[in-house]
Amino acid sequence: MKLRDLSDLAFRNLREAVLRNSLTTLGVAVGVASLVAMLSLGVGLQQLATSRLAKSGLFDSIFVTPKTNLRGPGGGPPATRAPASKARPLDADARVEISRMPNVIEVYPQIRFFTEVRYDSKPFATMVAGMPESSKASGAFDGMQGSFFSSPNADEAILQAEFAKELNPQTASLIGKDLILRYAERQALPSQAQAGDPAEYPGGFSVVPKEKHLRIIGVVETEPASGFGGFGSGRLLIPLPLAETLRAAQVNDLRDILRDTSSDKPTYSSLTVRVKSPSLVEATEAKLKDLGFSAFSLLDASKSLRIFFLVFDLLLTIFSSLALAVATLGIINTLVMAVLERRREIGVLKALGAADSDVKQLFFVEAGVIGLFGGILGVFLGWLIGRTLNFGTVLYLHRQNLPGVDITSVPLWLVAFGILFAVLVSLAAGLYPASRAARLDPVQALRYE
Amino acid sequence: MTELPPAIHLESVSRHYLMGESVIRAVNDVSLTVPSGGFLALLGSSGSGKSTLLNLIAGLDRPSSGSVVAHGQDLSKMSSLELARYRRQTVGMVFQSFNLLPRMTLEENVELPLRLAEVDRSERATRVREALSRVGLEKRIGHRPSELSGGEQQRTAIARALVNRPKILLADEPTGNLDSATGESILTLLREIQKNPGMTIVMVTHERALAERFADRLAVMGDGKLLSNGAAR
Repeated sequence: MKLRDLSDLAFRNLREAVLRNSLTTLGVAVGVASLVAMLSLGVGLQQLATSRLAKSGLFDSIFVTPKTNLRGPGGGPPATRAPASKARPLDADARVEISRMPNVIEVYPQIRFFTEVRYDSKPFATMVAGMPESSKASGAFDGMQGSFFSSPNADEAILQAEFAKELNPQTASLIGKDLILRYAERQALPSQAQAGDPAEYPGGFSVVPKEKHLRIIGVVETEPASGFGGFGSGRLLIPLPLAETLRAAQVNDLRDILRDTSSDKPTYSSLTVRVKSPSLVEATEAKLKDLGFSAFSLLDASKSLRIFFLVFDLLLTIFSSLALAVATLGIINTLVMAVLERRREIGVLKALGAADSDVKQLFFVEAGVIGLFGGILGVFLGWLIGRTLNFGTVLYLHRQNLPGVDITSVPLWLVAFGILFAVLVSLAAGLYPASRAARLDPVQALRYE
Repeated sequence: MTELPPAIHLESVSRHYLMGESVIRAVNDVSLTVPSGGFLALLGSSGSGKSTLLNLIAGLDRPSSGSVVAHGQDLSKMSSLELARYRRQTVGMVFQSFNLLPRMTLEENVELPLRLAEVDRSERATRVREALSRVGLEKRIGHRPSELSGGEQQRTAIARALVNRPKILLADEPTGNLDSATGESILTLLREIQKNPGMTIVMVTHERALAERFADRLAVMGDGKLLSNGAAR
């Protein structure tokens, strides 16, 4: 029999016992709904985590340092270190070269320095961190009091909430106020080489105390500067270009003097390189190493996260499939009942020339139709459950004065998977009743009253 | 003039069933030939084996021994799939209790064998109308079986049996559920079908008088055996 005729007969048969078949379909729908709702939670949480991490710049960033820098003090006996003259300096030229590499979208130095802040005529020691413009989109500044820097060179500061409370427990009142940043500016000495003996008088710098007036424009609860590549939490955040112009002496400056005397250009202790997507990190990291720098990333952590969510989704699928397993028993029960009730009809069909395979296919199609409708309804119910969960979560977070997030997501592949899974499970459930119907002896079936 | 090959030839056909430890010999060593275009009435009391014999000719059952040959095809050697094709193409069946599907209209009931035979949809409507018109029910095409009398239901069943243009029509007690006048009209219809377009008919019945009036030949069965086989009066 042709599929269209089979489907036509199957629909007709299903309509005959509309209540029973509707309840069976509903059973499948509940099973699929639980599956879709659980998986949508897994997918939603994964998307939430990965988008937050992607925004944070942790997984599309590579941390670059000069080759000798990572060894650090006591990093090995001097004999094993690369000769200082061969280690490539991480200077402005290197920064330009890296920024021109394919897929690189941003290269910026890590600028952290200790400082004294004077506010309301009182001194406060803290760490200053330069924030690149791209950090605005990292999500770390979401829900902050005040606003982000008005321009990359603005004389503005954003305070980390804990530090802000030290200045004034009423943090909101700080916004719009001025503070004074007292820092040590690094000034290069005239080249000792010109004085005569470069070996005896290596290059160096002097430090000069400086002050900078900054306006407080925001207070942030999170710690945006504590991420990957940082040397510690920055509690006073200023625009990165501004931080660069300050030329404040940093913790690694002393090491730079000892390491490299050949260049009078400013060097960086480290650079953060951001690429277009996390998938490009590995290749770019290798190229950076080829250029003669040390480079590392959190790619492995990203892989671990994906593995975690795969296992998480698998567990959710297994648990939610239990409901679908119960629904499968419902389909088997419904179809076995149908075979018993329609024995005479099966006998008539066979007497009229239906092959065993025609009868089997008829019951298969009926099972498939139950699965298809159950799947469609189930996906809709699962989506509805997901929306309800999202609504509840957003409501709860808003009550906690936090921005709302969607914890569930039903992507198209999940819709297709839900429906396909329901159809396949239903077909599997129809296997036994269909075989039983096909095996019926037509003579016995025709005698059935 | 050359003699036509027989439509049906049974050679030493037996059908035995096991019931517990005892063997039921429903059909026991029956040999019978039905010529093409003939009308054979199988007579006998209940349990004589006539319906079992009809099922063997219909390819619904297989003989325990012997052979059933219909239009040159040995049914005992056919696979299940081949038997289904034989039932679809070579035979049409009419039952005592009509066996129409109650949820379908007459049109849909008669169309069912055409669906099984995968006949094109465009051709089906014409053939269904032809078959229903042949039994005088073309105006009841949209009715359901429950809206018809017993005679009309049996006519519908005959239309369904004819729609695939089979060579053999098998009728199992076609008048069993009908009053005598209606039964007579059904047999008149069968007789017309036998003559035009020329079809072999095997009818199981226990009504000897009707069988003698309408059939060409009578075969009487008793206890699974063929007791007599000869021309009707």
